[in-house]
Amino acid sequence: MCTTCGCTDTMHPTMTNMATGQTMPLAAQETPAHSHTHTHEHLHRDHIHANQKDPPHEKKTVVLEQAILSKNNQLAEQNRGWLAESHILALNLVSSPGSGKTTLLEKTLTDLGKEFPFYVIEGDQATLHDAERLRRTGCAIVQINTGGGCHLEAEMVAQGLEALQPSAQSVVLIENVGNLICPALFDLGEQARVVILSVTEGEDKPLKYPHMFKSAQLVLINKIDLLPYLSFDMDQCLRYVSMVNTTTPVLRISAQTGEGLASWYQWIQQHRLTVQAHKGL
Amino acid sequence: MHELGITRNIVSIVSEQAHGANVTDVTVEIGKLSGIVPDAVRFCFEIVRQGTPLEGATLHIREVPGQASCHTCGMTFPLEEVYHSCPCGSQHITCVSGEELNIKDMVIY
Repeated sequence: MCTTCGCTDTMHPTMTNMATGQTMPLAAQETPAHSHTHTHEHLHRDHIHANQKDPPHEKKTVVLEQAILSKNNQLAEQNRGWLAESHILALNLVSSPGSGKTTLLEKTLTDLGKEFPFYVIEGDQATLHDAERLRRTGCAIVQINTGGGCHLEAEMVAQGLEALQPSAQSVVLIENVGNLICPALFDLGEQARVVILSVTEGEDKPLKYPHMFKSAQLVLINKIDLLPYLSFDMDQCLRYVSMVNTTTPVLRISAQTGEGLASWYQWIQQHRLTVQAHKGL
Repeated sequence: MHELGITRNIVSIVSEQAHGANVTDVTVEIGKLSGIVPDAVRFCFEIVRQGTPLEGATLHIREVPGQASCHTCGMTFPLEEVYHSCPCGSQHITCVSGEELNIKDMVIY
């Protein structure tokens, strides 16, 4: 169906709980309760509102004024509220495929897993490869296979949280599908979005995919151990990031060698403390 | 291909709000800075609407140009890319339009 990235609706998303090995289909998105309570009972000469139940016999214009992503956004807010109540820090990790997200998670879980509990929602179009890799760290993981989809949606994360039942004051890491375009539009209910850019991808990615970088609360530049072998212009890359997003901090790391990871861990710790300090929504 | 997901959302919301009536027209607003390609939405709409109350409906897409206001000089100016600066050189700007993704209305009978 899709000529851009291969999305199709012929394959349905599934979720695998790595603790039990059970794979289940993910239920279709449910419509959350309509949030406003007033009714549109006032009269209009040339149009009616959407709460009119009887199908009219003449053509009528119905004013909708609804955000296209309203269902996802409402579910994301529900996720955010639930996470805040339990003082859980949830991070949405986004990048292109092959940027080193899973290696970064492996390192993070190994290094910080003893200090506080982590849970992982792993998103990929197919396979359990990443979840298998991360399971060796001892962390509780669900793998969501999106089938034809090129990004995670709030409903998938809600079901992932339901399956994981993360403990209060823990950290949930959501590894989104490798894609710098589509995940930018879909709020999952996370507290922060972390974009990972590896130096092998070139310094101009922030300008080529501005929506993703604009929506980030943190940018990690990964694989800096490879810099001596590449013509990657770090200063230019940092300029591009600040052109798109004037406020986001940028950390330079190598998930492979561990260089710079202390600053990433410190960032997680700070945000975890901030979430814990909140009294909930 | 988020346009597929976007189009499904349009069809799902409109079908729900039509309460069983047939839909002849749907008007949506897509901002030029939203990251959504209107032609891809049109393409997906032809497929997604099949078997729904929107089967015979015409999709009207209103594209909204980007605009930003500058916190430094106070000017409102056209914004062609999300990372552009104000003509005064300032990067401290707020996008005021161009990111819309809304269903405006539908015609039913």
